[in-house]
Amino acid sequence: MNTRPIKVLVAKPGLDGHDRGAKVVAHALKEAGMEVIYTGLHKTVDQIIRIAVQEDVDVIGLSIMSGAHIPITEKLIKRAKEEGIDDKMVVVGGVIPNRDIPKLKELGVEGVFPGGTPFSEITTFIKENVKKS
Amino acid sequence: MGVAKYTKDEKDRITDVELQSGIHVKACYGPADLEHVGFSYEKDLAAPGQYPFTRGIHPEGFRSRAWTTRQYTGFGTPEESNERFKLMISHGQTGLNVAFDLPTQMGYDSDDPMAEGEVGRVGMAIDSLRDFEIAFKGIDLEKIGSGLTINAVASIMLAMYQAVAEKYGFDPKKISATPQNDILKEMIGRGSWIFPVEPAVNLIGDTIEYSMTTLPRTNPVSICGYHIRESGATPAQEIGYAILIANAYIDNVLKRGYDVDDFVGRFSFNLNVFGNIWEQVAKFRAARKLWARNLKEKYGVKKDSNMYLRGLFGGGGYGLTKAQPENNIMRGAYYALSAALAGAQTIALCSYDEAYTIPTPHSAIISLRTLQLLMDEIGLRDTVDPLAGSYFIETITKEMETKIEEEMAKIEKIGGIVQAVATGYVQRLVSQQAYAYEKGLQSGELKKVGLNIYTEGEPMEVELHEYTGESAEKQIAALKELRRERSDADVKRTLKELEAGTRAGKNVMPCLVECCKTYATVGEMARVFRDVFGEFQEPGLF
Repeated sequence: MNTRPIKVLVAKPGLDGHDRGAKVVAHALKEAGMEVIYTGLHKTVDQIIRIAVQEDVDVIGLSIMSGAHIPITEKLIKRAKEEGIDDKMVVVGGVIPNRDIPKLKELGVEGVFPGGTPFSEITTFIKENVKKS
Repeated sequence: MGVAKYTKDEKDRITDVELQSGIHVKACYGPADLEHVGFSYEKDLAAPGQYPFTRGIHPEGFRSRAWTTRQYTGFGTPEESNERFKLMISHGQTGLNVAFDLPTQMGYDSDDPMAEGEVGRVGMAIDSLRDFEIAFKGIDLEKIGSGLTINAVASIMLAMYQAVAEKYGFDPKKISATPQNDILKEMIGRGSWIFPVEPAVNLIGDTIEYSMTTLPRTNPVSICGYHIRESGATPAQEIGYAILIANAYIDNVLKRGYDVDDFVGRFSFNLNVFGNIWEQVAKFRAARKLWARNLKEKYGVKKDSNMYLRGLFGGGGYGLTKAQPENNIMRGAYYALSAALAGAQTIALCSYDEAYTIPTPHSAIISLRTLQLLMDEIGLRDTVDPLAGSYFIETITKEMETKIEEEMAKIEKIGGIVQAVATGYVQRLVSQQAYAYEKGLQSGELKKVGLNIYTEGEPMEVELHEYTGESAEKQIAALKELRRERSDADVKRTLKELEAGTRAGKNVMPCLVECCKTYATVGEMARVFRDVFGEFQEPGLF
């Protein structure tokens, strides 16, 4: 049985610099026993894909507060397919209006966690749904 | 009960209250408490308008002048923002507080691949002076002051503001801009940094030096404890770090051979309002006193008016909840009340829908009305510093002062604030505190109405400000047209002069003004700085 910890990339795509949420969730995932890589700010989708490939993560978590969650996520999922890493779980958090949650799921996002989601909900979701390579 | 920690006995009686800054509140206060904290009327309080300004910087407070209302506004194209500015002014707003979109804040033009999907989204898109001409059209810039919420490229935006004022026939000596221009706080929270610490601080020094003679009514730097607090700092850390950051900017200008009294009177502050109301009031009062004392004792500032802590006390974004959003209207009113009780010069409030998106005109006007109501209806202008002399308020103001000094001492001990930001010490500390705070909310240890208590009721959808790609397309088309129309030779020449001046370590402001006047773009000017300075390397999180 594979016992290595789940590896999560917490990513801040785009130009927005509000990182309280991303950092707080990174702490929570780490405390839940996961291995966490935090990209830092202002990353392009290509940079995030590159790190995900290099680090061979199981989960890509995007934190987006600027309102640009749909175009950014769309681009990331497209690039992930092109790079052949569309088996990775993609989750999104941030300032996400409820009406956009179905749109994100249609794009292929597995979990959407708007601001204020309990940490236990996020960690349980990842643990139960992750496909480890 | 919110941000304070409450201990109760089995009968639900409160046995202890611990404020976020670590102050314990007692059930009752009296003269013995003032004696215990060493309170002295002359030394700690004095009259309003007298050193150390604990009671406010004006002898008559809001009697002589109500606060300036400055809701954070801007989105889409400059045309759309101009319309909203005028709407707010027509509703009695007395100053502007301009929001820029992320590409502008990060020094990218609207047609840059990095700007994709972000143009005009969280603020207005500005590429060149042409956009400022549209955004400020029909606004009397000698009467209405403008906060410019921009940091990494604040020097560029200040130059552009001067250029637009001149274009419309206003006297630069009479215009009043307040660029945020606080890069160290961007590195702690908010994250709109570009250049490494040293050249970034130096750019701020350039704007301060330049404003002394050319833009004397401008407030070239607005030190933001605000975003540090939003990122997870306690109120005591918010003030302590803000003072240390201000000192770093003072030191940069002093190195250039100026007298501190020549420039420090134009510094302003942007501080946060969410939290326990008493802790907030004590924080602002202690902040005014410590800032004045810091300037007098550490820097030898002589003129009283140069020791004023003038500030925008407002916002409160982190206190708002996505759950039961209408409750945020009441929260905003109480946050504004604490700012009023503490004598704020300027105020802006986050609107109730900001946990969702940028505010609609409707919600922005509710915030403005909240502020107007406090001044004109319920009596906050009646007397200055109404809580003064309260055993409780004076005791915790003294205790807050001590807590702030302790936080400052911790940073000084590890090499000062510039070092503490460059190495990521402060960032790691506040993010750990933010995590602990979130855990407190999720466990119910910290109470939040609508979030973890009184959660009954139907979920509500708020009306959302719509973002369409249309504004972005218009902006990009206008930029393309500008590139065709302007004189390439003039742009090249002024950008070359900017590069030469920057490499030579000259004050960049005169060159930036010239670049703006030839319609060089924000992206082009920022590119010069990127090439010369490089970019900040963000320290690790763990």
